[in-house]
Formats: sequence, structure tokens, C-alpha cells
Amino acid sequence: MLDDFFIRAVLAGVGIAICVGPLGCFVVWRRMSYFGDTMAHSSLLGVAFAFMFDVSLVVGVFGVALLVSLILMGLQKRKSLPTDALLGILSHSSLAIGLVLVAFMSWVRIDLSAYLFGDILAVDKIDIAYIYGGAAVILAVLKLIWRPLLAATVNEDLAQVEGMKPQQSKFIFMILMAAVVAIAIKIVGILLITALLIIPAATARRFSVSPERMAVLSSVFGIMAVTTGLFGSLEYDTPSGPSIVVGAVIFFIISLLIPQKGVTA
Amino acid sequence: MNKENALVKLESAGVLKGDKWLIRDIDLSVCPGEIVTLIGPNGSGKSTTVKTALGLIRPNEGRASRKRGLTIGYVPQKLSIDETLPLTVARLMRLTHSHNAEAIHEALAAVNALDLMNRRVQALSGGEFQRVLLARAIAGKPDLLVLDEPAQGVDFANEAALYDLIVKYRDDTGSGILLISHDLHIVMAQTDKVLCLNGHVCCTGTPQNVISSPKYKELFGERAAQSLAIYQHQHDHKHLEDGRVLHADGTITDHCYEEDGHHHHHDSYEGGTHAG
Repeated sequence: MLDDFFIRAVLAGVGIAICVGPLGCFVVWRRMSYFGDTMAHSSLLGVAFAFMFDVSLVVGVFGVALLVSLILMGLQKRKSLPTDALLGILSHSSLAIGLVLVAFMSWVRIDLSAYLFGDILAVDKIDIAYIYGGAAVILAVLKLIWRPLLAATVNEDLAQVEGMKPQQSKFIFMILMAAVVAIAIKIVGILLITALLIIPAATARRFSVSPERMAVLSSVFGIMAVTTGLFGSLEYDTPSGPSIVVGAVIFFIISLLIPQKGVTA
Repeated sequence: MNKENALVKLESAGVLKGDKWLIRDIDLSVCPGEIVTLIGPNGSGKSTTVKTALGLIRPNEGRASRKRGLTIGYVPQKLSIDETLPLTVARLMRLTHSHNAEAIHEALAAVNALDLMNRRVQALSGGEFQRVLLARAIAGKPDLLVLDEPAQGVDFANEAALYDLIVKYRDDTGSGILLISHDLHIVMAQTDKVLCLNGHVCCTGTPQNVISSPKYKELFGERAAQSLAIYQHQHDHKHLEDGRVLHADGTITDHCYEEDGHHHHHDSYEGGTHAG
């Protein structure tokens, strides 16, 4: 069954959707969508390094995404520029350097659009193993830091005073983000990973009365977006990443039309 | 003696921002069963002092220390919860610790907010939110309660009730309380020790001490001092001008008795010394 490329793609997409749901909620709550973008854009540099040093793509992308977030933390401490400017610099410079490096490497043929927009044909069994293994680890770690991270999201001072170690959970969260970008890149593509983080979470928001419920619902809406998008992609021969995002947007718009319930104003 | 007993303590602490001292030479200690209140004009360093005591800000000079294993309940001055975070009052109560339903019920009942249990926190009024935050802070019965302007947005009738509740919490649990407030009337009625700040400790001691201090009058004006002088401290012991304690039975000691005024479950309690 796994020999069929489409089934592999759906399996991979569902695995990613499950895992990005809860992470995406934190991206929304913490107003970090631009940070997610920066990490995703930097992953093209990771792709370039992966080819250059002949390491696995996942390792290259994870390494660079993590490095970029560490640089960001360092620059933020210096307080010389506001965070959004720093993110803009890191995001676009790493994307540009990645593109330039790829152009230099004339000995490898890289299909750029596959990395930028995702490519369902490129998913193999090893990718699926990476995705499900990675998703299991990411969700397990997220469960461990859930309470301190949520407390830090509400108020960092309060979390620290009451013994929650917010700095530590924020740092672990960054590692998880880097990991999710690394495993999602083949399916969704560099330019659209943030959309998969944010749109299902935003859709779930309207039906959630608790953070935990929003996390689960985000995964559900993510799975719906992935399957709809991939079927569309197969049917109309469109790139997988944009098709999945279009699927996510459709569910988001539908959710806006449904009157809210269960939420006391 | 009480130095080892203090829940939280600042010794000659100073915090520098750029080339300006936000606070300097601050001595402060909160012992079990003691209510210590910081007062002072805006920008006088009240919040900075509290944050330094809590370890959120590292002092540039002097020392900040907290008792080992100290549990703290905190109500910060500003807390805004993002509109996208679905959070009910019941869930907020379990934000940092998984209290059982009984503890949550009890804490919300204490602030008269049981009916808010299933409301979204973003939909609460300012006063309701403050009451819920106080309930959240006391639900775990922490050793030290730190409240930064807990009465903001609370109307006058409820404000007095809020301070009564804080005193009751201290009486019931023997916890220490560090309070920032600008409501001088209530502060003076309910506090064991007042620190009047203006970048430095401008005056300190019992409310009576502080009111009669010329520096206090300078800071708040003669009328404030006069109107406050009528408020008396209602305990079975009085803190004397020299820092000693006059008990109801007429004895005078250097410190409070264990059973003074309120119940203590701490086995090693001694009352606060008075720096003023």
C-alpha cells in the first residue's frame, strides 16, 4: 500500500498536520507567526547546506532553523533593533543566501519549486518514518512543557515567580519549531509552512473553550486541510503545498460562517 | 535571628537602568504572618522593588534572597491575556499548578467569584479579573503572597472587602504578604509594616510611624497624613516606635509572639523587625 505515492503523501501530510496543530496554537497565542516564517525561510539555507555537506535534508534544515532562532535570541538581548526588523533581516537574508548557494552548486540539480511549494511525488518511506517518529517526539516533548509554556504565554513574570522556568520552556519550544519545519518542508514547502501552523489553529479558535481543546481541534482541521488539498493537488495537478493551504483557508472561511457556540461572551 | 526566617529579603539592593538608579539602598524583609506594604508616588520604584525581591530583576548592588523552597502566589500589576487564547476562569485557576476542584472552589468562593467559573477571562470586567487573579494566587496556599496593585479596577465597596480577604488569608494560613498599593486609607488600616518608597526607602515602620514621619508628609502632603492618623491597627499587640512589641498582656518583647494576632502553622515564626 505504501508503494502508492499518493497514499504516502496523505500519510505524511496527516502526520504533519497532527503535529503542527498544537504547535500552531502557541504560534497564534504568542504572536509568533513572523518568527515561524523566518524559521521556514531559513530552511532553504538548510537545504543548500544539506547538499553541500552531503547530510540528510532533515538534519540540514533543523540545524539551520535552530541556529537562526539562537541568533535571534542573541540579537534580541542586545536590543539594538526591534524584533520585527531583526526577523525581517534574518528571514530574507537566510532565504537569499540559500538561493545564492543553490545557484553556485552547479554540480547538483535542485528542483527549487519542490522545496518552495512542496512536492508530493518526493515523499518516500523514509520521509514517512521521519515524520511519524518526529511527530511522536515533538508531541511528547510538547506535552511535557505544556503547563510552563502556557503559563509563560499568559505572563512570563508570573510563570517564573511561581516556579515554571519560562526561559527553558521557550527554548525547548524553539527546538520543536525547528524540528517541525524540518519534517514539514517536503510536503508543504518552505514558503507555506507558517500557513499550516496558523490557519488550522485560527479555525479551531472559534470552536474552543480551552487551550487543550484548541490544540486537538487544530490537528483535526489540519488533517482536513491536508487531505482536501492533496486530493485537489492530484485532481488538478497543482503543487501540494499551495493546495493544502487553499484547503485550510476554505475550512477557515466556512468556520467564519458558522455561528459560534459554547463560548460565553 | 529573623534574618534566617524571612521569606524574602532585600539587603541594600539597588537596580540600575542605563546610568540611572531605579531603586537604591533598599532593605526589605517579609516574615511569615507579616503584611508589608510598599507605598510611594508613580515611578518611585515599587514594582521594581517587588520584582527584585522575587528574583525577576537581578540587583546591580546589594542582595536579594528568598527562603529555600518558598512557594509564591503572584498577582502582577499588568496582565493581559491574548484574545486568541481560549481560557475560562476555571482553567486559569490551574495555570501553574493542578489544584483540585475543592481548592479552586474555595478560592473562588473567598473572592466571591464562584459565578465567574465558566466565563472567558477576556470577558471579565477589570474588577472581576482582579478578584479572579487573587483567587488564583491563593488557591495553592503559598507561603508568600505578592500583590502588585491588587485593587485596580475594583470599586470602593469591593476594595475594602478585598483587603479584608487578604488579611483573612494571612490570619488563616500564616503566610507572608507583600503588597503594593496606593490606597493609603486601607493600607494604613491593614498593614504591619509600611515602606514608603521614592527611589530609596524614604521612611519605614508601622503605619503610625510612617504617618508621623516628616518625610512622609513631604511626599504625600499634610492632609493625607492627618486623615490617616485616625486609622488604628487592631491587633492584640502593638509595634512600638523603637521596633519592640507591646503585647495585650502588657509585656514588651523584641519580636512578635508566635500566636500573636493570628494563627501560624510555620514552626519557626518570628515577627518582623522594623527598619525605621
